[in-house]
Amino acid sequence: MTLILEAVVFGVLTGGVYALMASGLTLIFGVMRIINVGHGALVILGAYLSFALLRSAHIDPFVSLIITMPAMFALGVVLQLVFIRPLKEDREALSVLVTYALALGIEGLLGFLFSDNLVQLNAWYETASFAVFGFHIAYVYVFGFGLCIAILAGIFLVLYRTTFGSAVRATMLNRTAAQLVGVNVDRVSAIAFGIGVSTAAAGGVIFGMTNAFNPGSHYDLISRLLTIIVLGGLGSLRGAVIAAVGMLIIEDVTAVVISPVWASFAFFLLLVIVLVVRPQGLYGIRVRERI
Amino acid sequence: MRKPAFLAVTGIVSLGSLTLAACGSNSPVNSGSPQAGTPITIGVSVSLTGDFSGDGKALVQGYDLWATDENAKGGLLGHHVTMKYVDDASSTTQVVTNYQNLITQDKVALVFGPFSSLLTIPASTVTNRFGYAFPEPAGGGPSVFTRGIHSLFFVQPAPVEDNLVSFTQWVLSLPAGQRPATAAYSTEDDPFTQPQVDKAKALLEAGGVRTASYKVYPAETTDFTPLAQQVIAANADVVILGTQEPDAVAFIKAFQQQHYNPKALVETAGPDQGSDFATKVGSANTEGVMVPAGWWSSAKTPFNATFVSEFIAKYGGTPGGIASDAAEAYSVGQVVDQAAKKAGSITNAALIAALHTGTYQTIQGPMAFDSVGRPSGASFLVQWQNGLTVPVYPPSAAVAQPEYPKPAFSG
Repeated sequence: MTLILEAVVFGVLTGGVYALMASGLTLIFGVMRIINVGHGALVILGAYLSFALLRSAHIDPFVSLIITMPAMFALGVVLQLVFIRPLKEDREALSVLVTYALALGIEGLLGFLFSDNLVQLNAWYETASFAVFGFHIAYVYVFGFGLCIAILAGIFLVLYRTTFGSAVRATMLNRTAAQLVGVNVDRVSAIAFGIGVSTAAAGGVIFGMTNAFNPGSHYDLISRLLTIIVLGGLGSLRGAVIAAVGMLIIEDVTAVVISPVWASFAFFLLLVIVLVVRPQGLYGIRVRERI
Repeated sequence: MRKPAFLAVTGIVSLGSLTLAACGSNSPVNSGSPQAGTPITIGVSVSLTGDFSGDGKALVQGYDLWATDENAKGGLLGHHVTMKYVDDASSTTQVVTNYQNLITQDKVALVFGPFSSLLTIPASTVTNRFGYAFPEPAGGGPSVFTRGIHSLFFVQPAPVEDNLVSFTQWVLSLPAGQRPATAAYSTEDDPFTQPQVDKAKALLEAGGVRTASYKVYPAETTDFTPLAQQVIAANADVVILGTQEPDAVAFIKAFQQQHYNPKALVETAGPDQGSDFATKVGSANTEGVMVPAGWWSSAKTPFNATFVSEFIAKYGGTPGGIASDAAEAYSVGQVVDQAAKKAGSITNAALIAALHTGTYQTIQGPMAFDSVGRPSGASFLVQWQNGLTVPVYPPSAAVAQPEYPKPAFSG
């Protein structure tokens, strides 16, 4: 029983990290209707930026976010202006190609700068832990979860309590209508892309402290993040959070109760069942298009 | 008009026949012996990117060092050696393409093996089809040998599945009062790791050590917390893990987080990566960790001391930081050098025939191969003690007593 409880607790804690990473991805889809398959590479880029600051200036990975999150926000805005905004027609399909090229470019650059050897972010709280319910929880998971909650709460506050948030939600609901009522959708898109990329920096730090990573680690990551936002409903922040936590709990509990081999299968089985019942995902909106 | 048409048809048919003949031929591309004194190229597919990139780069170091030494001695039977490497990105399909290109387009004289059983299996099918000898440093899983390929030679002291035999012999040699009663196993589903763990489990069970937990996990696993939880929950005396370096490190960190300290911990790979492993887990946490090994930097084998000093002169670092992959790659060159001298030829057919007979001296110790290239020796049990890996079993090779029980992780 302790084993299952432990799996649930770690599922929630690591699920929070995936929720943070997936929130940026789903926000970008919601606002721009593009699938950013380069999001995993941006997470890894964020992890490497913190790794570089740790190695060269001995800056704690969490503290380094003060530098890396604004830097990644600026990078996101530039990427949106240069690569995404010029896509006027067939955005969804073309965006996959463009962001995939972006991912390959980031992977190549990181490989050139840091080599392909696996690295990990280290800090005292990585292995230090405290006892609870008969097992130990490492501080890194608690700090990481706390950071995720804080950032996600910040995103929700911006979306639901500010004028800019109203513009973002209006754009997510109907881009053309938002434009007609005076929303500068290009500006909203650039800022939303920047926010999405800066959350990747935060997610990257926690991912890099709990996993060894190299420039190629983004392939596995993006496949998991895409699965999460499909289950949660494309464009739904709330759905991404619930799907991420649910995915990690199911995987961890299956791994300890049945076998690690069946962990991913159990989650994908749930995904298929949900999509059969609700093709739009848990919190997605069914869209009718006139043809 | 008729005559040109007839000629054209005849030409096309002839060309087609020649192409078909070339495609259908299984004859060696490079069956002849290079002229005396001419330089030769040896081709290798290595993993410079992807999962095996760390090991791949170490192989390049070992091969390059051997080529430098060989050329300094006048070359391989008088032929100056140039190494040609192509990156396979740790991919089972790319490695096949690479060896096909090396043989048919680059027309290399010889080929050496890549990293891992996973890549050696498809690669050896190609090299065998072209009649090339395939001495290889890192593909020793059981499935490498079950295909009966006569041209393959695994240049390590023991087949991979026997790697943990020394560990099991040491466990079962302990006095009854100290002997562990239970063991927990967790292994990646990889042809390198799982056969070792399965054999160790069978031997320990036969010796009376009860299995408290046994789990196999997919190679693409990134979250090791649930796996570590199961091992910890089993509360076994000894823990046996079928790992590569990333999971070896992740397990140790998870054990630290949970304040779990088994009496003995052995991992199939990871602790053999020298200073890289020590940096990742923290030097203090290496103490007492065990790993099977065919080579270690202080081994008293012929030429090993020279290899170590040359390696440090060329690449820097310390003896403890030399990855065993580099030593294994170097041994491939040593074996080929001796086989060429014995055969008096560097043709692939002559090398294959020579390698199936006799014993070859390497920095890993003496080596001999059966009809499918399986080595006949045994591997050793190595343990981290005071920041260095030292052989602790069998007693004939040991330079220190095994530390048992293992000291607690530093936390």
